[in-house]
Amino acid sequence: MKELTVIQAIHDAMRLAMERDERVMLLGEDVGKNGGVFRASEGLQERFGEHRVVDTPLAESAIVGTAVGLAVAGMRPIAEIQFLGFIYEAMDQIASQAARIRFRSYGQYTVPLVIRAPYGGGVRTPELHSDSLEALFLHTPGLKVVTPSNPYDAKGLLLAAIEDPDPVLFFEPLKLYRAFRAEVPEDWYTVPIGKARVVAEGTDVTLIGWGPTVPVIAQAAKRLDEERGYSCEVIDLRTISPMDTDAIVASVEKTGRAVVVHEAVLSGGVGAEVAARIQERAFFSLEAPVVRVTGYDTPYPVPSIEDVWLPDVERVMAAVEETMRI
Amino acid sequence: MKTYAACEPVPVYRVLAEDGSLVGEAPDLSGERLVELYRWMVLTRIFDQRALNLQRQGRIGTYAPFSGQEAAQIGSFAALDPQDWVFTSYRELAGVMFHGFPMETALLYTMGHPEGTKSPADRRIFPVQIVIAAQLLHAVGAGWACRLRGERSIATAYFGDGATSQGDFHEAMNFAAVFRIPVVFFCQNNFWAISVPFTKQMATPTVAQKALAYGMEGVLVDGNDVLAVYAAMKRAVDRARAGEGPTLIEAVTYRLGPHTTADDPTRYRDEAEWRKWRDERDPIPRFRKFLETRGLWSEEEERHWQEEAKRRVEEAVVRAESYPKPNPASVFDHVYGTVPPDLARQKAAFERRMNRREGRE
Ligand SMILES: Cc1ncc(C[n+]2csc(CCOP(=O)(O)OP(=O)(O)O)c2C)c(N)n1
Ligand SMILES: [Mg+2]
Repeated sequence: MKELTVIQAIHDAMRLAMERDERVMLLGEDVGKNGGVFRASEGLQERFGEHRVVDTPLAESAIVGTAVGLAVAGMRPIAEIQFLGFIYEAMDQIASQAARIRFRSYGQYTVPLVIRAPYGGGVRTPELHSDSLEALFLHTPGLKVVTPSNPYDAKGLLLAAIEDPDPVLFFEPLKLYRAFRAEVPEDWYTVPIGKARVVAEGTDVTLIGWGPTVPVIAQAAKRLDEERGYSCEVIDLRTISPMDTDAIVASVEKTGRAVVVHEAVLSGGVGAEVAARIQERAFFSLEAPVVRVTGYDTPYPVPSIEDVWLPDVERVMAAVEETMRI
Repeated sequence: MKTYAACEPVPVYRVLAEDGSLVGEAPDLSGERLVELYRWMVLTRIFDQRALNLQRQGRIGTYAPFSGQEAAQIGSFAALDPQDWVFTSYRELAGVMFHGFPMETALLYTMGHPEGTKSPADRRIFPVQIVIAAQLLHAVGAGWACRLRGERSIATAYFGDGATSQGDFHEAMNFAAVFRIPVVFFCQNNFWAISVPFTKQMATPTVAQKALAYGMEGVLVDGNDVLAVYAAMKRAVDRARAGEGPTLIEAVTYRLGPHTTADDPTRYRDEAEWRKWRDERDPIPRFRKFLETRGLWSEEEERHWQEEAKRRVEEAVVRAESYPKPNPASVFDHVYGTVPPDLARQKAAFERRMNRREGRE
């Protein structure tokens, strides 16, 4: 075991995968010589060569589109999008192409492709560098979407994504890249795609988050316990698609209350899908309406405003109070 | 079989040699105008260096310096009319400030203030483009509108060498040529797209030659020669106004600083290369020598202007730092022309929350 940060765990997973499987390659902007703008691939080009860690021309659609071809034809590409906000450039290649090739070829062709992208706010990036766009891909059948909130899951989920036969989007909360260290096994292991994690057990209310909001809900749960005596169950969804509905339902059947927290905007967000599934499958267990704590329905704001726009511990606590009053 | 294989290499267009001596035909500009261009190159360089400094002190946010590219920007903007459309990336501040964008507004942008993208009412400056190459298509559309509305104005798009790899670049070039749009595509080839060098960005030796494939004129110009840049841009602008269609200009230049304040160029860039551009090819001393031999500028005036420029930059810093802080609730105001009911409810809840916070603080 080693103590690693999230970014080191991602690096470790890519190194391990490239050591084990010659088909694994990384392509993207500034991933080679520069080691990625966040240093996720530091030293990998030196180690594995320019043909496996490729500095591409500046074109997201080409990065993903060629990765689709590489994957179909026998390679195991990891395509990096420098910031999730730029993934719109590659939207056709992801949603109309990668996501449907298995379906369109009646199972003949598959796309074992991983697309990595940093996302999330709170670190004063320039415009369009902080957007949370996970809902777009939940809304696209054929794609898997995962997002770790800690070093252990980062490595295990990324290795699972690389092993997966279908396209997996791997979204990295950039605020957590170097936020803390945790023990990570040195060997190969996977964290199953499609499984949520119960971070803390509780009986009064279920708090559901993923990626950058997991530390926020964990902190809120702690304070609600200390200050209000509420027992919160904390769930890290880890996989947005396919969603672990069973885990959500099991928890809400126990607590009767749920608060969903994400940085992405409210309308049409993943929170809406979580709430819909809860009312479909746990309606008679509910003591209160499901509450969402999210970004507001505006474009991501400028740095001087982002802190009050993003969901924070206080907003989560207020939402829990609201559900507990009923 | 005859194939298309290569085009004739075209020499880089140049008016001033690196030592400031005249090697081409000087464009028709008055002495006063020449001095004005020089003053702006110095002023914007001082602004840029000050901004880097402010960033290190934590007084502004991430900043993309343009030092080294002043001639490409000021020389080309000098050929525009105030009513021409301007679509730039994040690295053209020298040009847009010369064109009338206030220095303090530029600072507000890097401070993360929502008013930092607002164009002065009498200019048509679009907010800086973050998504590489997207602005090229907007410029084509704006130029198209100018023609449809019978305006004399044209549109310009500024972008880097990296931007030429995006589909938007190729699509914009093709639309512009097919519809003969009054637009100028101005590429500042500074040899780097963050850490990716020009030679890994494309397999052609120049950007300018790509114009051929779309059916428009391509110009290769020394971007550190302000007079050559002006002449190239003037020609392209005049042609656009005369209905002769679009032009692609490649201005060869160099970014002396980091990509942004978040970047460390020593990781990927050869120190000797950087030194050469800094010590031998800086556009400012080159132009200064030219002005001095013409008797248009002196040591005395230089000293004077350096001080005056610093004073102006400082004044802009003061104005930016004393500018009213944004009202966070304004984030709801410019999403739509009229705020829809649910968004109005979100805004009201947000304001209640802000008031409660303030009450506590
Ligand atoms: C669509 C998109 N992809 C990636 C980025 C990240 N990015 C910002 S600047 C840059 C390099 C741009 O290089 P170039 O076009 O040469 O312009 P320069 O910065 O040299 O002025 C990259 C990759 C972005 N802003 N937009
Ligand atoms: Mg460049």
